[in-house]
Amino acid sequence: MAGQADRGQDAHVTHDLRVSAQTLARARPVGTATRWSRRAAGAVAFVALIELLSRTGLVDPESLPPATEIAARGVTLVSDPAFRAHALTSMLAWAIGLGLAALIAVPLGLLLGSVPIIDAASRSVVEFLRPIPSVALIPLVALLIGTGLQLRVTLVVYAALWPILYNTMYGLRGVDPLAKESLRSYGFGPLSVLLRVSLPSSAPFIMTGFRLAAGVALILTVSTEIVAGQGEGIGVFIYLAGLAVPARMTDILAGVCWVGLFGVVVNALLVAAERRAFRWHHARLGEPG
Amino acid sequence: MLEITNLSHVYGGGSPNAHHAIEGLNLSVAAGELLCIVGPSGCGKSTLLRSIAGLITPTGGQIKVEGDLVRQTPDNLAVVFQDYSRSLFPWMSVADNVALPLRRKNMDKKARREAAHEALESVGLAGAERKYPFQLSGGMQQRVAIARALAYRPSLMLMDEPFGSVDAQTREDLEDLVLKVRGHHRMTIVLITHDIDESVYVGDRVVVLSKAPAHVVGDLKVDLPGPRDQITTREHPDFVHLRAEVGRLVRGHAAAA
Repeated sequence: MAGQADRGQDAHVTHDLRVSAQTLARARPVGTATRWSRRAAGAVAFVALIELLSRTGLVDPESLPPATEIAARGVTLVSDPAFRAHALTSMLAWAIGLGLAALIAVPLGLLLGSVPIIDAASRSVVEFLRPIPSVALIPLVALLIGTGLQLRVTLVVYAALWPILYNTMYGLRGVDPLAKESLRSYGFGPLSVLLRVSLPSSAPFIMTGFRLAAGVALILTVSTEIVAGQGEGIGVFIYLAGLAVPARMTDILAGVCWVGLFGVVVNALLVAAERRAFRWHHARLGEPG
Repeated sequence: MLEITNLSHVYGGGSPNAHHAIEGLNLSVAAGELLCIVGPSGCGKSTLLRSIAGLITPTGGQIKVEGDLVRQTPDNLAVVFQDYSRSLFPWMSVADNVALPLRRKNMDKKARREAAHEALESVGLAGAERKYPFQLSGGMQQRVAIARALAYRPSLMLMDEPFGSVDAQTREDLEDLVLKVRGHHRMTIVLITHDIDESVYVGDRVVVLSKAPAHVVGDLKVDLPGPRDQITTREHPDFVHLRAEVGRLVRGHAAAA
């Protein structure tokens, strides 16, 4: 067995402590069919509640139109070229922002996570920047670079950076030192170990970070559009519908529904991709693959 | 082949909690030899192995592999660790795990794949190429780790308690596997174990280390009739005698400290 000093070195990074967000959500051992029927029941109940509140007049139908009306409007919006243009612009800003954030955050995370000196030197700046709400930066950025696509992309990048950066660094911290030693013992240098062991080993965590960032990016895309209030985008569509007198509540909520639906679908796709790509990771944690 | 002169290593040097793992250790291993190193738990065996592999820099003394001073990991050296589940890369198939170190050898993809296949065959895992480590039993995973070392064709193979995490039956199979593959490839093997019987059964020579700080307290030649066999070798009078002697050396120094 290893000397005591050896063991002390390894003890704080056991694998069992590395739990991704997904693992926590998977605790209940229910079948797929049961899970889906429960989800569907919840959604139906929620829709029914809105319908009831609105139809009975408990809530003013002007501010909360019945769910069926919102849904119907949502369907007709799809064939509206103006709405489609709004939606495409938003998706573009979202995708570019998220992609750039990943391209910046993963290498940056690898750097900060593997070079302690740079990590220490940049820590105060990082800790200062991180809590700044991206929306608070809108006036500054708008003044600097204008309010077009570049504004949205910049803010999406800024906000989506953090979950990816932190998950990359967190994942790196958990890489098994023995896995790294195994490759080193074949004469591989630090860069090879970083790219061939540390990066793939942290990939499940980076992917979770990316999934969280996808949600954040969506929030930022829409809110930047609403604040900017001009040009194209789902947020602009919602903003203009709210500006009308009386406000076009059905339009607003139909737009919101589409944003929500988009978020749900993206999340589900990314979860499925994670399960598929990181089967080894989940098998190792003793979960059903 | 391997020359260790006056080796010492201190963890946390300077602090009051400094741990002297190794002190004044001298050892030389001839080419082609299978040396077993035994010693009480926590005596610094793994520190010794990591020093030879260039994974840590010892605080004193020197190590030479094939005449070259070890400063970083020597070429032509492979290590098999005890904890196969941590030392294999779980995101890679078995074949990719075995082939990965060969990238250091300027072999093209086809040559790497063939070498991996051959090594897996020699450890009895032909056909498992496309499986992932988590789909294999512990003993099979350790076979993959051994195949990875063999494919690399090292002149020195270090094994750090390679059979410490498998059941007794698998352990015997793996001991015989090591005896088999050493016949095929002319390599020097240094195998660290805390199992006295195993050291005598597998080794040409057994070196006993003291409790930390480790130094050599016994160096015995194992002269058993070959080929070795799990039943007959273990009941041979020389085996019984040797294991008793090694046991006394290990215990004697464990009790003294």
